[in-house]
Amino acid sequence: MTRFATREDFTAYTEALAKAGSGKERTRILVGMSTCGIASGAEAAYEAIGAAVAEAGLDNVEVVKTGCVGLCHAEPTVEVERPGKPLATVGKVDAERGRQLVADLAAGRELDGCLCTGGEVYGNQVRIALRNCGRINPENLDDYLGNGGYQALARALFEQKPEDVIAVVKESGLRGRGGGGFPTGLKWEFARKSQADTKYIVCNADEGDPGAFMDRSILEGDPHVILESMALAGYAIGAANGFIYVRAEYPLAVKRLTLAIDQAKAKGLFGQNILGSGFSFDVSIKYGAGAFVCGEETSLIHSIEGKRGEPTVKPPFPAESGLWGKPTNVNNVETLANIVPILQKGGAWFRAIGTESSPGTKVFALAGDVKNVGLVEVPMGTTVREIVYGIGGGTPSGKPVKAVQTGGPSGGCIPAEKFETPVDYDTLTALGSIMGSGGMIVMDQDTSMVEIARFYLQFTCDESCGKCTPCRVGNKRLLEILDRLLQGEAKADDLTTLKELSLVIKDTSLCGLGQTAPNPVLSTLQWYHGEYEQCLRPKKTVKDYRIVEEKCVGCTACARICPVKCIDGVVKKPHVIDQDKCVHCGACFSTCKFDAIVCE
Amino acid sequence: MAEQVETLPAAGFAELEAFIGGLSFEADLESRRGVLIDTLHKAQEIFGYLPEEVQKTVAEKLGLHLSEVYGVVSFYHYFTTEIRGANKVNFCMGTACFVRGAEKVVAQFEEELGIKVGETTADGLFTLGTLRCVGACSLAPVVMVNERTYGHVTPEQVSRIVAEYRK
Repeated sequence: MTRFATREDFTAYTEALAKAGSGKERTRILVGMSTCGIASGAEAAYEAIGAAVAEAGLDNVEVVKTGCVGLCHAEPTVEVERPGKPLATVGKVDAERGRQLVADLAAGRELDGCLCTGGEVYGNQVRIALRNCGRINPENLDDYLGNGGYQALARALFEQKPEDVIAVVKESGLRGRGGGGFPTGLKWEFARKSQADTKYIVCNADEGDPGAFMDRSILEGDPHVILESMALAGYAIGAANGFIYVRAEYPLAVKRLTLAIDQAKAKGLFGQNILGSGFSFDVSIKYGAGAFVCGEETSLIHSIEGKRGEPTVKPPFPAESGLWGKPTNVNNVETLANIVPILQKGGAWFRAIGTESSPGTKVFALAGDVKNVGLVEVPMGTTVREIVYGIGGGTPSGKPVKAVQTGGPSGGCIPAEKFETPVDYDTLTALGSIMGSGGMIVMDQDTSMVEIARFYLQFTCDESCGKCTPCRVGNKRLLEILDRLLQGEAKADDLTTLKELSLVIKDTSLCGLGQTAPNPVLSTLQWYHGEYEQCLRPKKTVKDYRIVEEKCVGCTACARICPVKCIDGVVKKPHVIDQDKCVHCGACFSTCKFDAIVCE
Repeated sequence: MAEQVETLPAAGFAELEAFIGGLSFEADLESRRGVLIDTLHKAQEIFGYLPEEVQKTVAEKLGLHLSEVYGVVSFYHYFTTEIRGANKVNFCMGTACFVRGAEKVVAQFEEELGIKVGETTADGLFTLGTLRCVGACSLAPVVMVNERTYGHVTPEQVSRIVAEYRK
């Protein structure tokens, strides 16, 4: 493979690639090899399948390493593409089952353990950001090129002015998928208008929200889309350099990104003088070092500069003065993954998906007490119920879902009675939560909401950078109140303080971390006030008396002896003790001749 | 800070200096700062932690104040100034793991090893720590021992996992 010196070279190559691929009756076995796939044993399965294919002499079968298809609950997953047959998805494939799968294929049998065919398992999903994840080999540039890769960049460089690119992104209505929801096209326009000799593009891959892993999946499954989108952003705003700020906890993502950068540069699709257009764009990878606040753009910029990742007051926005004082455009991974499809298909196409105020799709990381843990991508406006029950399959225990938490430590809980809400940026905000980066944690009836609030607040306290007082001290005080509540030592006015202090922290904190930190407390206070009130009551020290329905003959002896008249019932029918009135005197217990009252 | 038991290997310093020598950065302050975090990542990879002596070397070679280097080291969770055990047991503190009962697993490890999170066993074999969400939520609760990921960990499995690394 030689370097493409011109656009014509590139077009000739992709056309030849398409020709070589068409008319071929090939079967492809795609093995999901992202971090969770590998942790579940995908490597052993991949090797076993490869060996079995070679042994059986199946020349027309290709075994491909791919990214994550998002069916985390069934890892390691394998998908089989056969000519003339619907796509088959097989879950929990170990080495043994891998060999079985190849044997079934060779014999033309039905595939054993097939979860579904034709991709039904994905439910009503629409894949834009994840479109290549699990479909292509992320380590093979030809796979990406085969799916239209780098075409949008080539067209922009030769046919569109930077302003045209920005106009398409603006028309699409794409909003920042990192959580803020700021219109991406506007952000680009501001950076374009800033006058400076040097500008920067930054990809925010510091996915710090606990429970969100879509950015990792995109980086591991489709690294080239990030490079192409960053180059497009660079062309649009007039930047020649970029940084990908990625978590040190994502080694596989870094490995695949590095490989992708080398591949694209070797072909002249990235780096110096891209396709002979005269436009150059290069990126460096920067490691994060474990600080949640670095997801905030000004903190992230300081971290790239090698400083403590503390935020600064906006304005000035990074679009005016960012990295080393130069105009800087920061976009999240999922936002960037949408750029290439938007430029391929147009702003109007994107705008038609989703809701009026939030066009497009959103990737959610569905986890917690839910059957089908995984990554789902749905159009904005899909209801919570559809995501949790329709795609997620409800809880593994079959118990009803109590609440869904969105937005991580900056978000809030959505109670079951609001599950009909169509999800977009604005409806979630109205419910007291936020979209955030798309973590969606499902909780069943056994989850204590006060403990959940405490969990997030503990996280925020650990992660607060300490620069501003409301966040540093305020959240600590909130945490102390929650601790008192959970230990049964709360004071009467604690709930009032909790709410007031939360509002003050929201109003006065310097950056997004502090301004949203009390959200988990406020939303649980709003929807589950009863649970907080329960914490105000003294802890139960005496045991409760209870009537066993099957044993009670309805003799009324207990009801007659009860000094507070808290036992209710009809003659010859089982009686019931009203626990709120009971004084635990035990009179009923000693009176009952049928052992129908128990003390527990 | 824990007592420094062993002296730091000279070869480590030579490797660190070679790494810094190989970095491309300009003489100005901004450039030197820009490579600080990368250098600290490398230093921790070499020594396992970042004691004062290592921080001093980094500061000297990059021409930065020791206070600035320490400021960065203490800010980020990934960097540690304490020597750690041969096996690093880290608990994922993500929400999915929490909902799925990570706390019980942590308590069981603490009991089994007789130390608390953040401490190292007297024999230097184990250090218990926490990790920000590793994004493997489908395997919750997740425990990482060194580079290996254990998924769906229950308190009952803890003694078996510990035994694997006691050999």
